Amino acid sequence: MTLKSTLDTRGPEYRERRAAMLEKIAALDAEHAKALEGGGEKYVARHHARGKMLARERIEMLLDPDSPFLELSPLAAWGSDFSVGASVVTGIGVVEGVECVIVANDPTVRGGASNPWTVKKSFRASDIALKNRLPLVNLVESGGADLPTQKEIFIPGGRMFRDLTRLSAAGIPTIALVFGNSTAGGAYIPGMCDYVVMVKERAKVFLGGPPLVKMATGEEAGDEELGGAEMHARASGLADYMAVDEADALRLGRQIVKNLGHRKPGPPPGPVEEPLYDADELAGIVPEDLKVPFDPREVIARIADGSRFDEFKPLYGTSLVTGWTRVHGHRVGVLANAQGVLFSEEAQKAAQFIQLANQRDTPLLFLHNTTGYMVGKDYEQAGIIKHGALMINAVANSTVPHLTIVMGASYGAGNYGMCGRAYDPRFLFTWPSAKSAVMGPQQLAGVLSIVARQAAEARGQAYDEEQDRAMREMVESQIEAESLPFFLSGRLYDDGVIDPRDTRTVLGLCLSAVHNAPVRGADGFGVFRM
Amino acid sequence: MIARVLVANRGEIARRVLRACRDLGIGTVAVHSDPDAGAPHVREADVAGRLPGASPAETYLSAGRLLAVARSAGADAVHPGYGFLSENADFARAVIDAGLTWIGPPPAAIAAMGSKIEAKKLMAAADVPVLPELDPAQVTGADFPLLVKASAGGGGRGMRIVRTPDGLPDAVAAARREAESAFGDPTVFCEPLLEGARHIEVQILADAHGTVWALGERECSIQRRHQKIVEEAPSPAVGPGLRAELCGAAASAARAIGYTGAGTVEFMLARDGRFFFLEVNTRLQVEHPVTECVYGVDLVRLQIEIAEGARLPDAVPEPRGHAVEVRLYAEDPALDWRPGSGALHTFEVPDVDAEFAVPASYGLRLDSGVESGGEIGVHYDPMLAKVIAWAPDRRAAARRLAAGLRGARVHGPATNRDLLVRILEEPGFLDGDTDTGYLDRIGLDVLAAPLAGEDAVRMSALAAALAGAAADRAAAPALGGLPSGWRNVRSQPQRRTFEGPSGTVTADYRLDRDGLVSGLCPGTSLVSAAPERVVLEHDGLRETFTVTTAGDSVYVDSRLGSVTFRAVPRFADPSSHIAPGSLLAPMPGTVVRVETEQGAAVTEGQTLVVLEAMKMEHRIAAPASGTVAELNVTAGRQVESGAVLAVIEEASAQ
Repeated sequence: MTLKSTLDTRGPEYRERRAAMLEKIAALDAEHAKALEGGGEKYVARHHARGKMLARERIEMLLDPDSPFLELSPLAAWGSDFSVGASVVTGIGVVEGVECVIVANDPTVRGGASNPWTVKKSFRASDIALKNRLPLVNLVESGGADLPTQKEIFIPGGRMFRDLTRLSAAGIPTIALVFGNSTAGGAYIPGMCDYVVMVKERAKVFLGGPPLVKMATGEEAGDEELGGAEMHARASGLADYMAVDEADALRLGRQIVKNLGHRKPGPPPGPVEEPLYDADELAGIVPEDLKVPFDPREVIARIADGSRFDEFKPLYGTSLVTGWTRVHGHRVGVLANAQGVLFSEEAQKAAQFIQLANQRDTPLLFLHNTTGYMVGKDYEQAGIIKHGALMINAVANSTVPHLTIVMGASYGAGNYGMCGRAYDPRFLFTWPSAKSAVMGPQQLAGVLSIVARQAAEARGQAYDEEQDRAMREMVESQIEAESLPFFLSGRLYDDGVIDPRDTRTVLGLCLSAVHNAPVRGADGFGVFRM
Repeated sequence: MIARVLVANRGEIARRVLRACRDLGIGTVAVHSDPDAGAPHVREADVAGRLPGASPAETYLSAGRLLAVARSAGADAVHPGYGFLSENADFARAVIDAGLTWIGPPPAAIAAMGSKIEAKKLMAAADVPVLPELDPAQVTGADFPLLVKASAGGGGRGMRIVRTPDGLPDAVAAARREAESAFGDPTVFCEPLLEGARHIEVQILADAHGTVWALGERECSIQRRHQKIVEEAPSPAVGPGLRAELCGAAASAARAIGYTGAGTVEFMLARDGRFFFLEVNTRLQVEHPVTECVYGVDLVRLQIEIAEGARLPDAVPEPRGHAVEVRLYAEDPALDWRPGSGALHTFEVPDVDAEFAVPASYGLRLDSGVESGGEIGVHYDPMLAKVIAWAPDRRAAARRLAAGLRGARVHGPATNRDLLVRILEEPGFLDGDTDTGYLDRIGLDVLAAPLAGEDAVRMSALAAALAGAAADRAAAPALGGLPSGWRNVRSQPQRRTFEGPSGTVTADYRLDRDGLVSGLCPGTSLVSAAPERVVLEHDGLRETFTVTTAGDSVYVDSRLGSVTFRAVPRFADPSSHIAPGSLLAPMPGTVVRVETEQGAAVTEGQTLVVLEAMKMEHRIAAPASGTVAELNVTAGRQVESGAVLAVIEEASAQ
């Protein structure tokens, strides 16, 4: 049925919510701008002066003109000592009509050197390529590892090469376009890829450079002899193609993708129909105070094709909305929190719905705004743990693609039941209004306060109320800061913070991407405790 | 009565004659050269006969072949149209000797007027004013400036203006060569050049029973290289008294040579009001539609009826309104009128009221020889169409015609459309201030300037880019339904680069929830973009751009003017880095022998260099005949794979 919106876009409530959201979006834009700055004006100018293109310029030229590009983890390393973006750009874009994962080093940030966050971000991109069977295109120009942090990189970093060859083994093409340095360990990136293009007089791919070789064996050898594009194209055979310049390398990269003969399994999506309600209004739905619930149908009405949503079990477990819809022509089952709290009924309804989606090979969309599972004597006695376990069992063992959007609160085990990061959704995006933590900051501070007071009383000591207030304030502000989207996004706990108004577009792109792999429901689940 | 007419012509005039025949219920036979096999006139006739070959001499000028087609198709009459054999008395005789009806004047009249020198003598004898004829061998300094003309000429060919005596020998020689090749008769003569004169001509029709109509005058002063491009009826310079004199002189001329059928008596009208006989065109004129509009007659129908022996009514039709015709040519006025050729992707003139016929009331008439999807060949005249406006008065006709031309969508070779519009809107023209020096006087710098100014080119480039984006989105195999160029983190706008009329232009554009942002056209917003239609809003005005893409050509039509772009590909073709005609070493090797030298002429397939590689000898041969422009190797030299060994300049490229 077609959803009827009751959002009063002229009312003060909408205007306040929208104003608050637009402020958060402006802050997000400012953080993204930091990622775009790369190494800053000076290094960008120097890079350009060398006749080189920036990472995003390379990506733009690689992509089909006017096709969309979803940058992943743009806030990686936020709040760390490293540049926002973690000196690498990753994302999903269309090359010669084929959806690809693109990983491009940003050589303006410390020569494109990898830091611990770079590595994590690259791993995530490889995961996405593997799970969704998307060809992986590496635009390589990196000075290797950031040596001061080698202890965080060296051991786990080996996965980079392991992932590449495992992608290849899984039949997922891997392509490296080498624009500059790709030395030492980095040399294995082209080494492990199915297809390698090197830019003449620019690419440098060797295990050891001239000084290292001199030290190791006393041999005197130049850059070009050790790892130039000409050498690799004519002598070593590591380069399959030699490009005359950067643009030519991108042209060859496109040519390689064109010749992959990539085909998506399954039928093409149905016709696309725009929602009846303006996506722009998504900025005015989530209240600033997450204690105030909101109706997720207002969100669904602005992301679903034709604003159609066929609700499942509408009269049962009403704090969780479940139902079927289409987004950009793709069938999808939706689970959305309505009243924040998950009770036994909601948990059981979710477990059933997830099983149905698996029976019908239908991807699932989780829209978070949950404060977690209900606590209290009556609920414990009625088996809330059992029921929560049903839902977590279903979501953990479901094999249809999961997409998660954290719109508001995502607290406690609710985060797990609604397919939080640990449950490996294919994609997880966060709205700037979101907060994720074990519980709300005040609750957490309050719990700590109660526990401390009890401990003091048990020891027969007087409880210092002044100290308690200071402790609660400190804990509250720390938890608040650590629940916020930029912080969590910086730690790669999502795939990016998005403008809520882009949600439909992001979902459309992700749903299309997941269909590069067969969509198949689970054959079995864990034992459901009844 | 005539049953079946062979139309011995092509293009718009063939279609014009076919239309008149259909109206009369007369069967039709078209002829066509090989390149014209798909031309509209071929389809429009009942039957079509092939004239093998492409050159005019092999085809439309081949009397024998035309008559053979007439015989086999059972035609009983021949209409020659204009040009080609229309003023060839021998052909007219051959048609008549073959027992067919010749839709034209008697061969003797054609012959009498075929020599301009003889024609002038005849006219002088009939008291028609003529300019003195000067013998090129005897002209003196006082005779300059003068005009060298081919006696057998027409259409401006073989004509030269000479201002000083030292230029005369070359002009005469060149005119002779041109006349010889165009008309087979090298005779030339000289006439005083009347500067500031107008070209005025009178349409005559004469039946075989002694009735002669003089259907008023046409003015065809605006000419490029003696070829008319704007023609009108009546002339703004002719009043009733002068008209009566001109018509009287024209009728006398017709009677003097026993003329029948349609013809035109051409005069020069001097600034002082005196006029002089130029020549008689013994055929239908290209510009006949303006007379048809003003006098409400069908001249081709009358030609046919006269050939059938009909009588003209005694009462000459009365004129009504004013008609202006322009000739739309595939030629670039800014590039010395260079004729264009190639595919004509689109040919559309909006709001045409009639084709090949007089509109029912005032309106726009189109006589075109081409259609969308056609091809402009190199063998024939590059005229695409005649566009004629008929209105109550001259200014109204000029305005209607300019509007029709502005709205026309002509996609293919460059045309003179913008020039024609500029003429029709030029104040001097609108005041009737025209003479044969008009184009030089106003200047091509003014008249040949494109209608689309810099702003229009920028907006058109943006429209072309947005249309291209819309087309790419519609054709996208993946994610085509997502917003165009969507980014969650935006680093740069989308860009498309075009070669435009004034150099390279890059349209940058960003489409997001706030709409269009373009550095090329700041302040311009997007209303809608589809692959073939883009609406932009600028300064509160919605401008609609029609965008047509054919290969890498992009044609953008709008109120602001039509602009043709070439889309610059995002990636250079690597093979284009190498000079054409380069011979590359197919593999690394040693040059064993060099069998040619710099500047030598070579023929296709000739061995130039022998390479030894992998113990095998590889012959490097010339890919085409030409000369060795570059030779980079000597025997014994080691070469890398891809090294340029030699560059051959193709013979035809010189």
